[in-house]
Amino acid sequence: MEMKLEQAPTLAMEWRKKKSSKPKSERFIEFLIKAGGFSSIFLIAAILFFILKESFPFLVGRFEFKEFFFSISWNPASVSKVTYGILALLVGTMSVTILSMLIAVPLGLACAFYISEFCSPQFREIYKVLIEFLAAIPSVVWGFIAIMMINPLIIHTFDVPIGLNILNASVILALMSLPLIVSVGEDALRAVPETYREAAEAMGATKWEVATRVLLPAAKNGLMAAALLGVGRALGETMAVLMATGHSIQIPHSLFDPARTLTATIAAELGESPKGGEHYQALFAIGLVLFLLSFVVNVTADYLIRGRKK
Amino acid sequence: MFNPSIHLLNKEIREKNFKNALSMVTFFLFLPALGIIFWLFIKGYPALSWDFLTLDPINGMTAGGIFPTIVGTFWLVMISVLVSCPLGVLAALYLSEYAKDGKLTRIIRLAILNLAGVPSIVHALFGLGAFVLFMKMGTSILAASFTLAVMNLPVIITSTLESLKAVPHSFREASWNVGASKLQTIRYIVLPNSLPGILTGVVFAVGRSAGETAAILFTGVAFYLPFLPQTVFDQCMTLSMHLFTISTQVVGVPVSYPYATALVLILLILSVNSVAVVLRTYFRTKRKW
Amino acid sequence: MTKKIEIKNLNISYGNKIVVKNLNLDIFQNEVLAIIGPANSGKTSLLRSINRMTDFNNEVKVEGKILLDGLDIFEDEDSTFLRRRVGMVSPLPVGLPMSIKDNVTYAPRMAGCKDKAELDFILEDCLKKAALWDEVKDRLDHLATKLSGGQQQRLTIARALSHHPEVLCLDEFSIAIDPVTTMKIEAVLHELKKDLTIIMVTNVINQAKRLGDRTAMMLNGEILDLNINQKIFSGEINDKRTKDYIEGVFG
Repeated sequence: MEMKLEQAPTLAMEWRKKKSSKPKSERFIEFLIKAGGFSSIFLIAAILFFILKESFPFLVGRFEFKEFFFSISWNPASVSKVTYGILALLVGTMSVTILSMLIAVPLGLACAFYISEFCSPQFREIYKVLIEFLAAIPSVVWGFIAIMMINPLIIHTFDVPIGLNILNASVILALMSLPLIVSVGEDALRAVPETYREAAEAMGATKWEVATRVLLPAAKNGLMAAALLGVGRALGETMAVLMATGHSIQIPHSLFDPARTLTATIAAELGESPKGGEHYQALFAIGLVLFLLSFVVNVTADYLIRGRKK
Repeated sequence: MFNPSIHLLNKEIREKNFKNALSMVTFFLFLPALGIIFWLFIKGYPALSWDFLTLDPINGMTAGGIFPTIVGTFWLVMISVLVSCPLGVLAALYLSEYAKDGKLTRIIRLAILNLAGVPSIVHALFGLGAFVLFMKMGTSILAASFTLAVMNLPVIITSTLESLKAVPHSFREASWNVGASKLQTIRYIVLPNSLPGILTGVVFAVGRSAGETAAILFTGVAFYLPFLPQTVFDQCMTLSMHLFTISTQVVGVPVSYPYATALVLILLILSVNSVAVVLRTYFRTKRKW
Repeated sequence: MTKKIEIKNLNISYGNKIVVKNLNLDIFQNEVLAIIGPANSGKTSLLRSINRMTDFNNEVKVEGKILLDGLDIFEDEDSTFLRRRVGMVSPLPVGLPMSIKDNVTYAPRMAGCKDKAELDFILEDCLKKAALWDEVKDRLDHLATKLSGGQQQRLTIARALSHHPEVLCLDEFSIAIDPVTTMKIEAVLHELKKDLTIIMVTNVINQAKRLGDRTAMMLNGEILDLNINQKIFSGEINDKRTKDYIEGVFG
């Protein structure tokens, strides 16, 4: 090879002999990449820190476990007796979340089934575009739809005086969580190896039997994760439920009762509560509850999905 | 008596019913998606005009146009993407090119997952505590954009990660093999070939943040401002917040106004997303391998 | 004969799976060493440790010493210089997603070469050496990924030569290409032998016979036999398993 070099004396090939050491700029960029990698840990910790920081005086001073979690009286602006009970809000959140999931999970999974098992490729593309579109509608528009469209629909259909209630919010939340449930559910079904289906069909199983006896058990974890992610989405939704639930702090007894959720309470009251006051801190405490709830839901969903991959 | 032909027939009918039921469910689930756009269009169209898009709201937001809200939305989205995009790409590069499979990487992944799952109103609380108060940005475009950026970060990381992973590992190996460093490989092989995917993800994130309301509630968005924002330390109006305000807080708004506002918002997001979809299809045909 | 590479007590493991066991091997200047053996016997891992491609795999652990011209290759923190000295051709052809020209000049450019004349010379020189020049000289701007498998494999070889390595490692280079191209490349390698040291992992015994000066038989991470070709292929074999493998009893 060196012979060749001498034959072509114009070629210095200095680069060939240079022993490269990492230049400073390269080290700096790699440092940036590493720092970027840790940014999400830093941010999630920062979120927890700042919410704790703002709610801290309330948590150590005013907070009573029994009152906070078991009283239905949320009365931060009362003149006579200020109370901070989030039970009604918790029940509000839970009821719209559970109700919306009762609608969205079976429908969403049926949809995922159809798209992954029966649909022709062209229609699958169309549905995917529609799912993307549905997912792109912002929550404030959903809230607007709740007020202008679902509200009169409920009033007329069920003959009730007002249509802004947990049924309305649940329908909206169900529509909002559907894209997520369908796409995660479809992923889970697609992850089931084709050989499973072929083996079952070779033994004469119908599609129904394949679906219920083969796919369902095989994709169980993924489908559960899909449902859980839907729960997470519904739990944290703010604008749409703020506009749809009818905004009244009480334990709902029927589908047509209005309610109030944890998220909506923060959104509605924080602007009016004086910064640094007890009410303001209590709202941050609600934020902390929401943060922890979503944390649990997400970690569980992740555990289920990763379990599937193993 | 067992009659196999009847048994089979039943089976076939059941099979068909099963399929039809599923297709009906799917169809009726996606009907609303089309119905909503149609309905908004019908109801909002009368109010939609050039003036509506270019005038300020007047008479306590019961007349005039929505110009400042479009400007505000634009500011917020642009600044937030400028912040979250580089950070997200760096984070994704770390995960795909540098991270070892260990406890630390698991924690990072979990953090991203949770960041994506944090309710938007909690992001708003964080933005208020961290940017508005702690960093003393005040309620401003800057604080609101940063809050949006934090919210978008996991979305951008995830989509970038996917595009990075789509570049075959063999390309990286071939590059390392001839003495290119890790960073050179990223610069000349990985990034150029994943850029289209990264771009598409970013455009989707833009669409998403254009409609966000809860996260910017207490950090920089105003119900009503009589002037356009001059610097990033001013507050601004946004389309999403305006829709909330005129549909719930203000009396005497002409019926078609909120519809038209919602329509503009949806069309804006839709067109941004269409750009992303077109980009995606275009780059798919242009793929180099 | 001078020793180009000395491998001393080399151990390679993935997790708790040991793939190369306490291996000692000397490779001489300008020889062609063929390494044969069934799948999963550690051949590829051995090759990849010689130019430290193992650095990029987090699960792999390499212990022991490899000396190149008497100097330990693991001493340097940065291994890019080593990889320029020890070229590698992988089993499956990889055209980088750029033009043919950019593919061949990639390594010098990454090493900091900016001289256009020099790059052009390298381009033509290496493509000719890899027996690809005549087929692509009119379309050097075309995408390399659109070339046929055989062409891409020769491109890979051209790319491996572009940084003027002293040692060339070939890992089952003929696995994805047709016999005619294989013959062309073998002729190329025969020429290159004058200038470089070649280590060639192959699963085609006849290829080892045709090209090798010496042949090593590897099984389960150990070298069972190592001898000059005349001896190993005339039956002077220590281990019965080598004989069985060469005769096609297993493998």
